[in-house]
Amino acid sequence: MEQFIQQLVNGISLGSIYALIALGYTMVYGIVKLINFAHGDVFMVGAFIGFYSITILDLGFFPALLIAMTACAIFGVLIERIAYKPLRNATRIAALITAIGVSLFIEYGTIYIRGAQPEAYPNNIIPLKSLDLFGVKISSQSVLILAVSLFLMILLQFIVHKTKIGKAMRAVSHDMDAAKLMGINVNNTISATFAIGSALAGAAGVIFGMYYTKIEPLMGIIPGLKAFVAAVLGGIGIIPGAMAGGLLLGVIESLVSAAGFSLWRDGVAFVVLILILIFRPAGLFGKNVREKV
Amino acid sequence: MLKINDINVYYGVIHALKGVSLEINQGEIVTLIGANGAGKSTLLKTISGLLKPKTGEILFENEHVAGKVAQSIVKRGISHVPEGRRVFANMSVEENLELGAYLRKDKKGIKEDFEKVYQLFPRLLERKKQLSGTLSGGEQQMLAMGRALMARPRLLILDEPSMGLAPLLVKTIFRIIEEINQSGTTILLVEQNANMALSIADRAYVIETGKIVASGTSAELSQSDQIRNAYLGGH
Ligand SMILES: Nc1ncnc2c1ncn2[C@@H]1O[C@H](COP(=O)(O)OP(=O)(O)O)[C@@H](O)[C@H]1O
Ligand SMILES: [Mg+2]
Repeated sequence: MEQFIQQLVNGISLGSIYALIALGYTMVYGIVKLINFAHGDVFMVGAFIGFYSITILDLGFFPALLIAMTACAIFGVLIERIAYKPLRNATRIAALITAIGVSLFIEYGTIYIRGAQPEAYPNNIIPLKSLDLFGVKISSQSVLILAVSLFLMILLQFIVHKTKIGKAMRAVSHDMDAAKLMGINVNNTISATFAIGSALAGAAGVIFGMYYTKIEPLMGIIPGLKAFVAAVLGGIGIIPGAMAGGLLLGVIESLVSAAGFSLWRDGVAFVVLILILIFRPAGLFGKNVREKV
Repeated sequence: MLKINDINVYYGVIHALKGVSLEINQGEIVTLIGANGAGKSTLLKTISGLLKPKTGEILFENEHVAGKVAQSIVKRGISHVPEGRRVFANMSVEENLELGAYLRKDKKGIKEDFEKVYQLFPRLLERKKQLSGTLSGGEQQMLAMGRALMARPRLLILDEPSMGLAPLLVKTIFRIIEEINQSGTTILLVEQNANMALSIADRAYVIETGKIVASGTSAELSQSDQIRNAYLGGH
């Protein structure tokens, strides 16, 4: 039982990282109908910016997190303006191929700039203590990860539902032309979406580095794919879906390894993807879309 | 107030508007009638900046606005209620109305206009917190109109507001259009329901396959045999 709860806690920590990345996928898909395959690489860039902020600038966890989020927000907007915006009226496949190109460009650009060697995240940035919760040991890191992710998700909900830019984002993702007729600047709204999604991925990168300690230029590929699965699992384009999908996927993975199938840990995400595409293609939170005439 | 001179609009190779000219004076209700596919919606979208004309000019209050982005058109005082309502179904009635006032900063004026819109459409007040996707077609039409009014437009353009509505509701909607006009808003109304449209309009234009083929006062057009046969059911 203890072991089960331990794995559950691990799963939730991992899952909140997936959720943070999945949010960016889902928000971008919701607004421009593009699977931004470079999103996992923004996560990687966030991890490195956090790393350098801590090691070179000698900053603490929270300042490093903020710097990584800000830098990734700007990076995400640049990616959108340079690579995707010119293709907004092109076919979906052209945009998708571009996204894959951007992804490779960031990965190998990073290797070109700093080499392919991995780095070890300093593990003394936050005090390592174990909390005892009903006989289950929970590391202070897990608690921090959870608290930060939760805070960011609540903040996102607030932005999306209560602020002017959030309402504009929802309007544009629902109906771009109708949004234009309200006087909404669609380009700026799309940029804001990329900025927010990328900032969340940057935060996930720093958190990931702290939790798993090892970072390297290709580290974004697998978590990126899994976060994509999480977004599809929850229903692509649906924000609460991405949160739930991420958490669920993290928990499933941890439980699968706990059950002794740790070799299957990475595979299980794709089993989930296949199952969801067969049985519930709109995702757990998705509705069967019926056109209203 | 609005003057369109010889505009040509294309969708790729499709020539959708062929040298269309049209004029609307302050305070009028002008209607544009024509069959399905004639180019009515294309003309409205070109006015509101969703489409750009290849040639020709559009003057609103003596300023050139052809090819300007939709945002700048709304700011100048033209609101467009699109065909099929296009309400933001995933948002509440209140949020839809808020979005209508997106470009405005005058909190007090916005509050007044909320009250005006709720007075004009009491149904919307009753359903203020409801998701607009759950409204009936008539209520969605009211919401789309209310949302456009939240921008405090000087020219309101309406694309087939009666589409798909029961006759009684159509009457209500047309009565409200007249009311909006009487409170000082100029109106350009696109309709397939030519009888109803001519009954409230001061002047009318008839469009066929991208060309204006007739224009005049509503009374003149209602008398014309050609128009009666083609658009008024021949009676
Ligand atoms: N997005 C589009 N792409 C290509 N052709 C279009 C598009 N929208 C409308 N058209 C064509 O332009 C013509 C005018 O359409 P429209 O303005 O919608 O007519 P109406 O509103 O009078 O029914 C039609 O022949 C229609 O098929
Ligand atoms: Mg039309």
